[in-house]
Amino acid sequence: MKYKVNEKGYYGDFGGAYIPEMLYPNVEELRQNYLKIIDDADFQKEFHQLLKDYVGRPSPLYLAKRYSERYGANIFLKREDLNHTGAHKINNTIGQILLAEKLGKKRIIAETGAGQHGVATATVCALRNLECVIYMGEVDIERQAPNVARMKMLGAKVVPASSGSKTLKDATNEAMRDWINNPVDTHYIIGSVVGPHPYPDMVAIFQSIISEETKKQLLEQTGSDQPDYVLACVGGGSNAMGMFYHFMDDENVKLIAVEAAGKGVSSGFSAATTYLGKEGVLHGSRSILMQTPDGQVVEPHSVSAGLDYPGIGPQHAHLFKTGRGQYVSITDEESLDAGLLCTQLEGIIPAIESAHALAYLEKMEFKGGENVVVCLSGRGDKDLDTYIKYFNL
Amino acid sequence: MNRIKQLFQEKKNILSIYYTAGYPNTGDTIKIAEALEKSGADMLEIGFPYSDPVADGPVIQASSKQSLDQGMTLNLLFEQLKDLRKTVTIPVLLMGYVNPVLQFGVEKFCEACAEVGVDGCIVPDLPMVEYEEFYKDCFEKHNLSNVFLITPQTAEERIHKIDGLTNGFIYLLSSSATTGKNLEVGNTTEAYFSRIKNLNLKNPTMIGFGISDKQTFDKACSYANGAIIGTAFVKAIADGNLEESVSNFMKKFKG
Repeated sequence: MKYKVNEKGYYGDFGGAYIPEMLYPNVEELRQNYLKIIDDADFQKEFHQLLKDYVGRPSPLYLAKRYSERYGANIFLKREDLNHTGAHKINNTIGQILLAEKLGKKRIIAETGAGQHGVATATVCALRNLECVIYMGEVDIERQAPNVARMKMLGAKVVPASSGSKTLKDATNEAMRDWINNPVDTHYIIGSVVGPHPYPDMVAIFQSIISEETKKQLLEQTGSDQPDYVLACVGGGSNAMGMFYHFMDDENVKLIAVEAAGKGVSSGFSAATTYLGKEGVLHGSRSILMQTPDGQVVEPHSVSAGLDYPGIGPQHAHLFKTGRGQYVSITDEESLDAGLLCTQLEGIIPAIESAHALAYLEKMEFKGGENVVVCLSGRGDKDLDTYIKYFNL
Repeated sequence: MNRIKQLFQEKKNILSIYYTAGYPNTGDTIKIAEALEKSGADMLEIGFPYSDPVADGPVIQASSKQSLDQGMTLNLLFEQLKDLRKTVTIPVLLMGYVNPVLQFGVEKFCEACAEVGVDGCIVPDLPMVEYEEFYKDCFEKHNLSNVFLITPQTAEERIHKIDGLTNGFIYLLSSSATTGKNLEVGNTTEAYFSRIKNLNLKNPTMIGFGISDKQTFDKACSYANGAIIGTAFVKAIADGNLEESVSNFMKKFKG
């Protein structure tokens, strides 16, 4: 368990809880209770029941024949795109809403970038009849109109974040402010493996269902639960952490995290955090983030709103720094091309986020016969506009 | 002796003013300090701006953004403060978030503070455990006070721990809220202030967040050694003649 969080809330040099005193009681309440609640048998039963009957888990591990022929390796797709609401995000929101109920919270807040986490949060709030407020950057509200409509239909109040760059990081700031101003009755459902301890660990635990299932499915399909490679895209890094979680201590399994290079890592329009970033503190934890020499957070860019974040979760920073994970990047164009390729080879339209992970297959060299798992974290319905524009469809 | 300690030994009803460095104009940092001292401020908190100030409300965030857009950095701030002590005699603290300090370098930051005559710091997102382990020695070596915040939700045991760690004053938030909210003095707030007063802490206390007029200031002073005004002041100097705005603002409290 050398890559898991320690008792102080750190992963090596990264993690911790860099929060103003106003948030201390909220975060401390979570820290003291999250493992106790999650480990409880009743909680586990309800969580897994909902994942099965409501989310539709286990999600298939699909051996993609035509991909496999193309690359000369066995390419497996972990089909998180088939989950209810269309992405892996719901694994976490189901877990956190049950946890919020156990803590007696009456009101749920969340931040969202592309709107996937916002929709997944609004969904579970409707399911459990809890008040729901979603913070979303003004810019993202404009470019993700269908998801805004979904959240509203689900009964959530969508509050535009109009400060700073008006995107995901500002939505996160606004959600944190809301939590500061409503410390007693409100639970903040962070959507990725970021934020102050215990969020990165808690979200990773809820998402770890992805690798837990993958191991079983691989064993059934290949006779071994150890693939050669596991790939996933990384914005904050929640689907990647879920995909890596049960493989982290299997040192022979290579973990590949694919960041968004945007228009190119040196273009000034990129979200390739490990390449461009430095160690620092953002949104409550010490990690790697894109910043100026003066420590001001830099605006990232990616065609995919879900990867458009200037940091990565602290556990990713640790996997990167220790060399346990390989962190690479894929440009906007490479990801869109990979999205189309996946559609034409396998009949699956992937989210542009997930297409980043698929795009890296083009750059890998296989000896032949390796087992490779790619986390297909979400479906591409939400990205049709972007695909239409790029390919002149 | 540290100027902060001396101030609390000599005075009651201390009025401390927060403002954002480099706002409204980059060159205003020292001008505002001088004008505030002239108009009767007892202590200054100069904010070094950060792009993602989660503990602040819209007014201070907007001032931070404007200051950053105009080119403010920690390097520039220390350059501006080089001659601070030629004209300003009251205690001065720097207030801001931890990431710019980390990038500047903690040791270098403390040295720079000591060199220009800064007496203390308030870094709201620097956790107590981190301070104790990695920052305290450096702060103490440079005779800098580190000020911690407490809220109505802060447990008594934690308050005593904070009291043991700091040597300037303790910053009482009047409610668990971002900056710029009004102080609603009601039974719960008064009970909180009384509770803190009765803890007989070794450090003086200052009430911050939500003080905007003489009445709320006086109320705060009946429970603590003084009060801190931020948002209302930053709003007041947004435009117009700077010296006049400062002096008019201060008359409301000193009148």
